[in-house]
Amino acid sequence: MSAVNVAVVAFVQTRHSGEDTGLSETELLAPVITEIKERTGLRRFGFTCSGSNDYLAGAPFSFVAALDAVGAWPPISESHVEMDAAWALYEAWVKLLHGEVDTALVYGFGKTSQTDYAQVATRQLDPYYLAPLGLDADSLAALQARAHLEAVGKGEDALRAVAARARAAGRTNPHALDLPDPADDPYAVAPLRGYDLPPVTDGAAAIVLASGDKARELCERPAWITGIDHRAEPHSPGARDLARSESARIAGEKAGAGGVEVAELHARYTHEELILREALGLGDEVSVNPSGGPLAADPVMATGLIRIGEAAARVHDGTATRALGHAASGPCLQQNLVCVLSGEDHG
Amino acid sequence: MRSDVNHVLEFPGGYTRSVGPVIGRFLSELRDGRLVGVRTAGGRVLVPPAEYDPDTGEDVTDEFVPVGPAGTVTTWSWVADPRPTHPLDRPFAWALIRLDGADTALLHVLDVGDHAEPPRFLKTGMRVRAKFRDDRVGGIRDIECFRPEVTSITDPSRLEYRLQGGRALDRFLSGIAEGRIIGHRCDVCGQVIVPMKGLCPRDGVPTSEEVELPHTGTVTTFAVNNLPDPRAPEVPFVSAYVLLDGAGLTMLALVAGLPADQVRMGMRVRAAWRPREEWTKSMSNIKWFEPIDEPDVPFDEIKDYL
Repeated sequence: MSAVNVAVVAFVQTRHSGEDTGLSETELLAPVITEIKERTGLRRFGFTCSGSNDYLAGAPFSFVAALDAVGAWPPISESHVEMDAAWALYEAWVKLLHGEVDTALVYGFGKTSQTDYAQVATRQLDPYYLAPLGLDADSLAALQARAHLEAVGKGEDALRAVAARARAAGRTNPHALDLPDPADDPYAVAPLRGYDLPPVTDGAAAIVLASGDKARELCERPAWITGIDHRAEPHSPGARDLARSESARIAGEKAGAGGVEVAELHARYTHEELILREALGLGDEVSVNPSGGPLAADPVMATGLIRIGEAAARVHDGTATRALGHAASGPCLQQNLVCVLSGEDHG
Repeated sequence: MRSDVNHVLEFPGGYTRSVGPVIGRFLSELRDGRLVGVRTAGGRVLVPPAEYDPDTGEDVTDEFVPVGPAGTVTTWSWVADPRPTHPLDRPFAWALIRLDGADTALLHVLDVGDHAEPPRFLKTGMRVRAKFRDDRVGGIRDIECFRPEVTSITDPSRLEYRLQGGRALDRFLSGIAEGRIIGHRCDVCGQVIVPMKGLCPRDGVPTSEEVELPHTGTVTTFAVNNLPDPRAPEVPFVSAYVLLDGAGLTMLALVAGLPADQVRMGMRVRAAWRPREEWTKSMSNIKWFEPIDEPDVPFDEIKDYL
């Protein structure tokens, strides 16, 4: 790998909300950017990259307004992905590897309270075969849930156990929502029940990446990125094996997922955690989603970035030496990104 | 639409999208009521067709092959509460369906009929068949839905009769119409047969001596029924053999007046008659037998009447 080594040196997120508090997306984001600037003492960054989704507010180029929270004058080096901000982090990582800059600000924000996100997500489906059916994201997820449960011979109580653990963990995380233990929710789309689905969430998050000595200067215990990889599968859900995630398996292998103590997984539906644990080879000894994960707070477009941030925070505070952050994109875990972080000095 | 919606993102009339030669061929065949897949260089058949082989990224061949119209469900989900954007406004399934002759699966609506819950026959591996619309336009919804393949038919069955129960039964029912339970005593063995048949089933001799029996008796054995019956629409109900006092044979009757799980062999019961004004020449004059406050009869005394 390159001689340049990159670390997560700071992570900030909102106290996510399960309902619209009246803040615009930019207003959600601004305090997070202010705090991470204070935390790092940096006013300007070598590169800035964001991830968001214009369809959440239904306004083209709405992500440009978010730059008001960053301050873009004099002109900054900036980019944006219409994806989860974990992919913005990947772009920033590549930029830092070039060696021309040594700091990068990455942020993502999402506000699902003002629309029906399962319906918004239909805009990412192919317009020929899938979108005309009126297929929503929850229905697609339920197809994968059944495929997985039947392939591994598990029952729906395995899903409920994931929800129970995620919600209990979320209640101990001040940034996540305060959700009760799973009750007798009716089916949303069978085999998935209400608690198997991610909650409506408004929130934002930011990460500062730095390379080499700059990372050591900005952070007492930087979370060094020792491996990061992302892989995609065919878009058509009928052209791949929904019961497992080959792309997550390869990304984990390339990123060096073995031996992590903590894994934060971008599992928005309960069965996705089961599929990802298997694909990434995470045994019972690995603490999975101690933050509660997306089932306890899902500010979409920031949710994947938060996974990397939460994993890095476990390295920062010394509770883990090796931690894994995962992000997913597309229907039915179509695309998977794995980022492995280490507290051992790789600068 | 929700009443508090204050912003709509819509492209009036929808986007016009080029479909290209591969998807275009599939949609054109679909409009003609045919299902086709495209063959990859490796020989696999993609349905729905794509321009590229998902395994290799290479162009697919220009060979289109007929597939379906039947196929196999590879996974499914159940929408109990359809959204306004869904194709059906009652519960239905989504399914991935591998059409016969295809190597990949097509996602579509699976209509299994009007069910609130997924019917038991809906499962991965079930065989389904495309239902085409009459007014096809060249879109994926030219397939209205998939439906289960025909695996059974319903065979209507009804015959009509004018039955006579026979003279002995007619005489028995005449007694019932007057609120009396009558039987015949056998000249040979002495047992009382109720309802009488005009014959002793033990000795095979005609009987004619009428005996009127009390309306009390003993449950010898019984069954708890969980399938509704026109005569006992509420389940569970108990049907029992009741040995009327003085009778030598049991008669089949309903038992009620206590929870089904408290009915016992040896339990003492009495006939519960309908109000006299409702009586007809029918056994329905006796609604059922109800428990009476007497000690149970020991098993030894009824063991020969089971």
